[in-house]
Amino acid sequence: MSEGVLQAKLWYAQRISAMVLGLCVAIHLGIIFYAIRGGLTAQEILGRTQGNMLFAIFYEIFVIACFVHAPIGMANILQETFPKSGLAKPIAWLLALLILILGTTSVIGVFTGGAI
Amino acid sequence: MSNNDLKVRVWRGSQEGEFVEYLVPRNPNQTVLDVVTYIQRKLDPTLSYRFACRVGMCGSCAMTVNGVARWTCRTHVSKILQGNSLEIAPLNNLPVIKDLATDMREFFNKWKGAVGFFKGDKTRYDDFTKVQPNSEERQLADAGIECIGCGVCYASCEVVESRPNYLGPAALNRAWTLTNDVRDVQQLERMTAVAGDAGCHACHSQGSCTEACPKAIAPTASIAGLKKLVARAAVRGSKWGKL
Repeated sequence: MSEGVLQAKLWYAQRISAMVLGLCVAIHLGIIFYAIRGGLTAQEILGRTQGNMLFAIFYEIFVIACFVHAPIGMANILQETFPKSGLAKPIAWLLALLILILGTTSVIGVFTGGAI
Repeated sequence: MSNNDLKVRVWRGSQEGEFVEYLVPRNPNQTVLDVVTYIQRKLDPTLSYRFACRVGMCGSCAMTVNGVARWTCRTHVSKILQGNSLEIAPLNNLPVIKDLATDMREFFNKWKGAVGFFKGDKTRYDDFTKVQPNSEERQLADAGIECIGCGVCYASCEVVESRPNYLGPAALNRAWTLTNDVRDVQQLERMTAVAGDAGCHACHSQGSCTEACPKAIAPTASIAGLKKLVARAAVRGSKWGKL
């Protein structure tokens, strides 16, 4: 596969993940407005999220969409700003792994209430 | 010198050089090309610049006037004057040969690089291909077909500035019109050529090309069309096959 075709595929992946993110961010904001009605405590949050499979699936989709979307954009910015540095790929991969690991860990954390 | 004179700063030199100020009398309905011609004929015959038709047909007199790329023949001095001074420089993003003349080889080579030329498979013994004027492809091609290759969009593009290997708006616009030419037989080669960061996917959709185009073409829209078509062809395939 030529470099150009790979980049076209990445662009496509970024577009699709942007659509998913758009929806996720809207729902996420809605949940925030709903959640802070009666003040914001850890207990209250965990009370809603613990054992809630729907919540876990939604936020894991959110994490995966970020995992796809953000590193591609970051790689593009780095490639344009520092074209000869060779930084784009390693930093984008690092960011991708960080988002996936930290995001998934926190989804598991609020789902299990910190039991694992 | 009269109070009415224009103070015109003109780029002299090649890549390295400086602005030199000339005083040019104001005339009614004077164009920027008239100003440059006056300087060369009356003040300094060593000034180099390019023009041919003087009526906005040939696309050879484009320069950077007061920081914006324009056709000098179709730009009235009165429309863009700041105080009584003008600054005339060669087009951006192209190597300067001398004064106001740029080396446009790279610009046109990129048209070739984008497979921006027609190739059919019919011979003189075949019948004409019938293309309905109101068909979708014809309409899409029509929107970008009037480009005369003046380089104004290329000189206005920020992505060309930061990525010198980027094909640029004019070449990609041409590729898009050919993508919508139902007679052309190089669609897969063209899509491969314009895919990715040296091609259409590097465009930031900022629209400087569209804003600057003297023919009111929207290369941004053509590039957006290519982005979608090519990315789909890479992931799902197209009517001409998969990339």
